[in-house]
Amino acid sequence: MRHIISVLLENEAGALSRVAGLFSARGFNIESLTVAATNDETLSRMTIVSVGDDGIIEQIVKQLEKLIDVVKVTDLTATEHIERELLLVKVDVNPNTQADIDRQIDQFSAKIVDVSEDTYLIELAGQSKKINDFLDALDASKILEVSRTGVTGVCQRREG
Amino acid sequence: MKLNGAKILVQSLKNEGVDHIFGYPGGAVLHIYDALDAQDDIKHILVRHEQGATHAADGYARTSGKPGVVLVTSGPGITNAVTGIATAHMDSIPMVVISGQVPSALIGNDAFQEVDAVGITRSCVKHNFLIKDINQISSTIKKAFHIASTGRPGPVLIDIPKDVTITQIDEPAYVDTIDMRSYQPIVDGNPEQITKAAELILSSKQPIIYAGGGCVIGNADQELREFTRQLSFPITQTLMGLGAYPAKDNLFVGMLGMHGTYEANMAMHDSDCVIAVGARFDDRITANLSKFCPTAKIIHIDIDPSSIGKNVAVDVPIVGEVKSVLKDLIQALKGKKTADISSWWSQINEWRSVDSLAYQTKEGVIKPQSVIEALYEVTEGKAIVTSDVGQHQMWAAQYYHFDEPRRWINSGGLGTMGFGLPAAMGAKLAEPNLDVACVTGEGSIQMMLQELSTMLQYNTPVKIINLNNGYLGMVRQWQEFFYEKRYAMSYMDALPDFVKLAESYGHVGIKVEKEEDLKPALIEAFKQKDRTVFLDIMTDPSENVFPMIPSGAGHNEMLLAGRDEMASTNDEGLNLV
Repeated sequence: MRHIISVLLENEAGALSRVAGLFSARGFNIESLTVAATNDETLSRMTIVSVGDDGIIEQIVKQLEKLIDVVKVTDLTATEHIERELLLVKVDVNPNTQADIDRQIDQFSAKIVDVSEDTYLIELAGQSKKINDFLDALDASKILEVSRTGVTGVCQRREG
Repeated sequence: MKLNGAKILVQSLKNEGVDHIFGYPGGAVLHIYDALDAQDDIKHILVRHEQGATHAADGYARTSGKPGVVLVTSGPGITNAVTGIATAHMDSIPMVVISGQVPSALIGNDAFQEVDAVGITRSCVKHNFLIKDINQISSTIKKAFHIASTGRPGPVLIDIPKDVTITQIDEPAYVDTIDMRSYQPIVDGNPEQITKAAELILSSKQPIIYAGGGCVIGNADQELREFTRQLSFPITQTLMGLGAYPAKDNLFVGMLGMHGTYEANMAMHDSDCVIAVGARFDDRITANLSKFCPTAKIIHIDIDPSSIGKNVAVDVPIVGEVKSVLKDLIQALKGKKTADISSWWSQINEWRSVDSLAYQTKEGVIKPQSVIEALYEVTEGKAIVTSDVGQHQMWAAQYYHFDEPRRWINSGGLGTMGFGLPAAMGAKLAEPNLDVACVTGEGSIQMMLQELSTMLQYNTPVKIINLNNGYLGMVRQWQEFFYEKRYAMSYMDALPDFVKLAESYGHVGIKVEKEEDLKPALIEAFKQKDRTVFLDIMTDPSENVFPMIPSGAGHNEMLLAGRDEMASTNDEGLNLV
């Protein structure tokens, strides 16, 4: 099952490689990983999407907690949470396809953030499923470049 | 007063009570060596290879309970140390390794003797640091010792660029306390879990206590003894746990696992309640996981939450220091009556009567088992015994009946050949008044021979018990059993004359070829209190370690000496190590 694991860790050099190294050394799977500083500049928040049965996810959480730099680990999937991912996609646009692309942008409430003579750069934020659906809806042969941030998420309760 | 980084580093080590450093100088650590030379509180042991430094520090740590300290230079200095760091990591041994690094401005430039020490060691340390600022030296040392020696102990590496050791600042004030928000090891077990465990213990009819290295590392031997005797339950110990509970006590049913006793493994298999104390259900212990303890409820006490439920599903997990949890359990069980387990004991004694450690003697041949038995006799069971890795290690574990913790020093987790000799040196430095024996083989000993030179320089007299059978014995045994006796590259031709070799290093060498010479040679060796003696003992080249659970089998499928001369395995087993 897919799990979103949120990790609060010391904002130290090498913290990211400790986490990435742990996943590769123990054969855990990473679907996506995002990391950035928080409002407290000494702390970073890392959001990892991984797939595994309950035993594997339990090990992932425990092994992450064991890392000295890690302050807190939360399996967001186990709680009420909001997840978001940002997509930037560059598509080929010509008079024949423009109407269809515009319609999809409208339907998904996506946003055109840059336009050139024959391309659109489109931005879309939402759950990963929505982004997958949007990409599916676009004509695959017209997609020039895709960049996704990976999932970030927050627990909805006051105390995450 | 202004001090340079090297002096601050040395002062910080003194503040942590360091009395020995095992190391080897080189360009990146010259300032530190200069600072070490200017003081007398810390004794530096100049090893002959950095791997030797880590194993010696490890032996020192296992014997004394204090963190072992290592100092090496950048590049090959630290890469040579990696095997010893990984060895300590697998066995949860407290160790602090300081490695020099090229000057900050050169990091990343492929400078002379530059490696990414923090990157290389990341997966085999408990934690590591790169000190970029002289102001962080004292606090980093404090953190390193704290992390290495608390919670589940382990090695911590500190990489320090050369320029940081020469710049100067005002001497930092010593801060005695430390609080890390991200590192708060749990000490006491959850009271509800302890109550649940106590209930399960009291209702069990076929219980067994399975105690591991955590009882030694966690200094919980007294609590383990009290707990076991309070219940009169059978107790088995892992390779790493030996000595925490006295081997000669009647409640002890021997070591468990691949080369454990028949009674220990059969009892594990048939148990209805396994009480795991500071053990981690390692594959040498569990054998085939799908056949492991099919009818048992499992209580698992461990300091490391990630050890619990990793290999085996647990019914009552208790996270905490084994010492503290055992104390609470003893309290919770006080005055309570256990179920009648007399028929369980009768069953265990029946298994015991199989005498699974019996072995056949042969005229004119020295049996390796008899060497360990003679060693036990001559040292009255009181020596510290280190070992290398292979058959001799198993025989030492089986036939030297350890009655005290921190007397059996071996690389159980990583299985590092070459560990025994430098570890013996470290053990002797930690306990100069105890006899130290290094049980080894002609394969293992050749991996760290150069430390014989260090042992002369620092006068650390140990007795080397070389079980010389001309083969990489454990490899040979597996080839005999599982590869139709195709002994691929397991025979060592062209061995050195170990007697002359020992003599050339300034030690005493004795060759033993006849059984009647064995005991007199051992007596002679231990009589020479202040000399390192190399006993090169020619043992039976065809002897195998029994009993044995072959790969892929369960605890109740042991092979016994005399009964099963040949083992076999299946495809699944062949894929296991």
